[in-house]
Order: sequence, then C-alpha cells, then structure tokens
Amino acid sequence: MTTDRMTTDRMTGPLLGWLFVLVMAVGPLWFGDLYVLHVLTSTGIFIIGAMSLNLLLGYTGQLSLGHIAFFGIGAYTSALLALGFDLDLGGSEPVVFGPKPVWVAFLGGILVAAFFGFLIGKLAFRVRGAYFVIVTISFAQVARMVALNWVDLTEGPMALSGIPPLSVWLPGQGVVPLYAKEYNYLIVLAVAVISFLVIQRLVDSRVGRAFVALRENEPLARSVGIDVTRYLVVATVIAAGMAGAAGGLYTHYIRIVDPDVFLFIYTVTMVIMVLTGGKGTLAGPVVGGLLFGIMPELLREVARPEVQWIVYGVAMIVVVFFVPRGIVPAVGGLWARTVAKRERPASATLVAGKETSA
Amino acid sequence: MAEFLQHCVNALVLGGTYALLGIGLTLIFGIMRVVNFTHGELYTFGAYMAFVLGSLLGLDFFLSLLLAATLGVALGAVIEFVLLRPLKGADIDTTMLVMIGAGIAMQASEQLTWGGVAKMVPHPFPPDPLVFGPVAVAPVRLFVLGVAVALLVAFYLLINRTRLGVAMRATFQDPDTAALMGVNKGLMYTLTFAIGSGLAAIAGALLAPIFLVYPTMGDLVSLKAFAIVILGGLGNIAGASIGGFVLAFVEEFGAGYLSSGYRDAMGFLLIIAVLILRPQGLFAAKERIG
Repeated sequence: MTTDRMTTDRMTGPLLGWLFVLVMAVGPLWFGDLYVLHVLTSTGIFIIGAMSLNLLLGYTGQLSLGHIAFFGIGAYTSALLALGFDLDLGGSEPVVFGPKPVWVAFLGGILVAAFFGFLIGKLAFRVRGAYFVIVTISFAQVARMVALNWVDLTEGPMALSGIPPLSVWLPGQGVVPLYAKEYNYLIVLAVAVISFLVIQRLVDSRVGRAFVALRENEPLARSVGIDVTRYLVVATVIAAGMAGAAGGLYTHYIRIVDPDVFLFIYTVTMVIMVLTGGKGTLAGPVVGGLLFGIMPELLREVARPEVQWIVYGVAMIVVVFFVPRGIVPAVGGLWARTVAKRERPASATLVAGKETSA
Repeated sequence: MAEFLQHCVNALVLGGTYALLGIGLTLIFGIMRVVNFTHGELYTFGAYMAFVLGSLLGLDFFLSLLLAATLGVALGAVIEFVLLRPLKGADIDTTMLVMIGAGIAMQASEQLTWGGVAKMVPHPFPPDPLVFGPVAVAPVRLFVLGVAVALLVAFYLLINRTRLGVAMRATFQDPDTAALMGVNKGLMYTLTFAIGSGLAAIAGALLAPIFLVYPTMGDLVSLKAFAIVILGGLGNIAGASIGGFVLAFVEEFGAGYLSSGYRDAMGFLLIIAVLILRPQGLFAAKERIG
C-alpha cells in the first residue's frame, strides 16, 4: 500500500509542479496588471535566493547568515561587466574593461559569486556552529563595506545606475533589450525552474545523500568515508552561484544597485522563507517565498514598513515554536495521515511514525 | 607621536564600552549556549532609555543611567523567561533563530516608536576637553571610561568572589551536577541573561551622550560584540574584556592610519583572520569562564 502511494506521489508530484509552473507562466501575463507582475518578479528573484540558501541550511544543515553577500556580489559583478569599468591595479594606466553583452555579464556574476562561495566554504568549514554563523555574517558585512568604500569601482553610496536590461537575439532584429516587465518576469520564472531542477537532481544524487548524511550525523558520515569538507565546499559553491544568478536577475531588472543589497535583513528574509516553507524540502522555499514575497505587499496597504518587520520577527519565532519543520512537511504529514486513515485505519500510526522519521 | 597618543586615548575610551558589550554576550553564550542576537537591541534600548529619562523626563543624568541599566536587566529577564525558557534543551540553531526574530521585532518597534531621526542626550559635563600635554579628551569620555572599568572590575568580583559567581561558574561547567548541588538552574539562566542584557543596556546608555541615538544603532554593535567575543574565545570573560580593547585599538589605528571608510570593517577582517589562524580565540586554550 505504501509503495503504491509512493509511486502515485512520484507521478503526481512533478505533474502538480509543472501545472504550477504553467499557471505561473500564463496567469499573471493574462491578468496583465504590471504591479502584480512586479511583485511576482521580485518574489521570484527572492525565491531563487531562498532555494540556494536551502541547499546549505536545509540539506547540509549549515546556518549561513551571510548568504546575501553572494547575491550582492552577483548583482555588482553582473552590473559592472555590463557597464564596463576601470580597475587601477597600481600600474601607470588603469586596466579598462569594456562593456560586455548582458548575458556574458550575468554568467560572470554567477562565476564570481561561486568563486567567493568556494573561498568562504574553504575558510568557514574549518569552524562550525556559532563560529560559522559569525564568519558568514562578517563576510557579508565586509562585502557591504567594500561596496560602500571602493567608490572608484562601485560608485559607493551613489549606486551603480543605468544598468542595461537583459536582452535577446532575434533573427533580423539583432540584440533586442528587454525592458518590458513581462519578459523579465518570464526570465525570472525560467531561471527559478532551472534552479529548482538543478537542486532536485543534486539532492537525488550521491552528492545530495552525502549532504543529508552530514546534516544528520557528521562523525558517522566521516567514518563511512564521506569527505566532509569537500562536499560542504561543493554545496557552498553551487548555492553561492545560484544566489549570484538571483543577484544578476535583480540588477538587470531593477537596473540600479547600491550597497544596501548587502543588508543583513535580506539574509534574514531568505532564512524566514526557507524556515517557514520547510527547510530541507524542495517545495519549502517556493511556498515560504511566495508567502513572504506577497505578504509585505498586502500589508503595505494597511501597515507601515516597520510593522512588516515586526510581523517578520514574530513570524520567525512563531514558526520555530509551533511549526519547527515548516509548512510543507507539516501539510505533507497531515495529508499522509489523512490518506492513511482513509485507506488503512489500523496502520495510521505506523505511517505517521515513518513520516516523522523521514 | 601626539597623534599616536591621541589614538590610544580614543581607543581606551571606546574599548571600555566594547568590553562591557563583549562580556555580556560571552557570559550568555558561555552559560546558556545561546548566540544572542538581541544584544545590540538591548544596547539600543539602553540608549533610548537614557534619552527618555534624561532628555524627555528631565531626570538627573546619573540617575537615568542607573535606571536605564535596571530596565535593561528587567527586559533581559523577560526575554529569557518568555522566549528561551520554553526552548530549554533546544539546539543552538533553534535558539539563534528565535533570537534573530526577537531582535528584528525589537528594532522595528524602536523604529515605530521613535522614528528614524537621531536623538541627542544631554550630559552635565563641561564641553571643553581636558588637555594632558599632547592629548585632549572630553570629560564625558573620561567618565564613560571610568564607569566601564568600574563595571568590569565589579563584574570580575561578582563572578570570582561571590556565591552567585560560584553558582554561575558551576552551571557553566556542568549544569546537571550544579543542579544536583542545589543550584537553581532556571534562576541561573534568567540571571545570566538579565545581567548580560543589563551590561549591553548600560553600554548604550553610556555612549548615548557621546554618539547619536537612532533605531539601527544596534546593528553594527551586535556584530562588533560578536567580533569581540570571538577574539577572546566564546565564553571567555577575561578574553572578552581584552578583546573589547583590542578591537577598539584595531579600529582606531586602522581608521587613523589606513582608511577611515573601512573603520567598521576592521573588526570583521580581524575575526575572519582570527578564525583562520586561531579559531579557539586569542586568549584561551579552550572555552572557559572566569
């Protein structure tokens, strides 16, 4: 019976997922409200960030509180490559980097963010627990200070502006910049779907099982020959690259970027999205992201932004106290229990027990 | 040389309050295993209380300092009782997330109550700096340093010379055995959090007349307190006091001789360096207290 249910789950899961993607692709465009589209685009960008954070927080169990640094580095790198910049390396002439095509810049943002992920992974995983948290926070702070103070490169608090939008090459028309919100929305949706599939493949693979083994019992994982540091670095590099992609999308959509992208509060927003939705689940960051991406917009009508942050803070406490595993596992558990009760009332406790141990 | 001495004096004054912040945070981590993200908000709370009592209600400056510290102790006790006590036995990540949530809610409440405009707190000291040969220092800064050092000494005596201190150290070493010896573990936790919070609040109240008071002032302070605690080794009180002064000196000299824009980055670069080279902290062989 259980195996039957699992096969149906395996069929219905992706089906529901693709249906959701289809609705998200067609619905808002058909609805046609630009404000709604803008909210969904920003939410989508944050969901990509939250999914990448989930890889660290949910699957390897590392509480990375500097995640916004990778997002910001991706944003700045992509913006700078697209705009072109001079770099004074101490020689007589500054090295001039001309403007690059936007997609090259976007890719560059991902690579640079991933490179910093590699460095932080190498450094930070020498220390764990509270120390790791503080190293990651410090890293984001240093990144913000650099963005503020390296005025020659980043314009400091004056912000980088006039960043070109993402573009597409069409036969006959050449490279067409995509200013319209509809295109940006669809691109964000596409990158979100790709990120989701990458994470799905990853956590289903040997690597993903190694991550979970680390999270559950690190000494045991070590003892069966899992190279802990290597896998943690792999996870950080992928998560950082993905956050960098989110940053690139942000920068080419908003088309202005200032040092405030590195604020701690944005990391916290992503953490709340992951926790509320359910860390260590594929759908968790999407559910949490939609909830906390759209809720502020609904609150904006009735409450000041401070109230929104109070709600965030309280929500975080409430989730930890009452739904510690997040919405997706809680609803999933409830669903499994209902199904089990309907099918085989006698073994309901058995299935519920299995759910909690999973 | 004059410039060098002036930097030293500035660093000493700043270091005193940094040390107060650091020992509060390290005490809470050492005894309770809680990474306290409300610490910076308690600092802000102390500063605003100094503003309310001293500026709005017109109370005596010294009385308002005392009351601000007392209110900080009370708020700390409430936070421990409401948020941490029910989570007894939860892992470090869980309590950390609850503390982050509480910190955000507190900061947003301050913003809501006071608005974003910075406030000034008056003090009764003469504005003219005292000049000692090549260095000049404002009397209010000397007062701040004096109070900070007095509190550091008092705290040291509390931990090392009193029955309460013995009970706290025992709880740090082995909570269960301490409980068997008749130490009230719950009370120790509440007291620890309250004392740590009170130290943060008084640091905020002390610096309020020197710097401006605004809702997000706790952000950087929170992170700097972490830097101090890491420098000294998590849970190491003597280390945190020295760490406070080390950070102040690094910031002051870094800002003076390298780049003033990166002043606040110095501390973070320092902790990244410390964690790479000597993750157990500069002053400890292992985590300890007292």
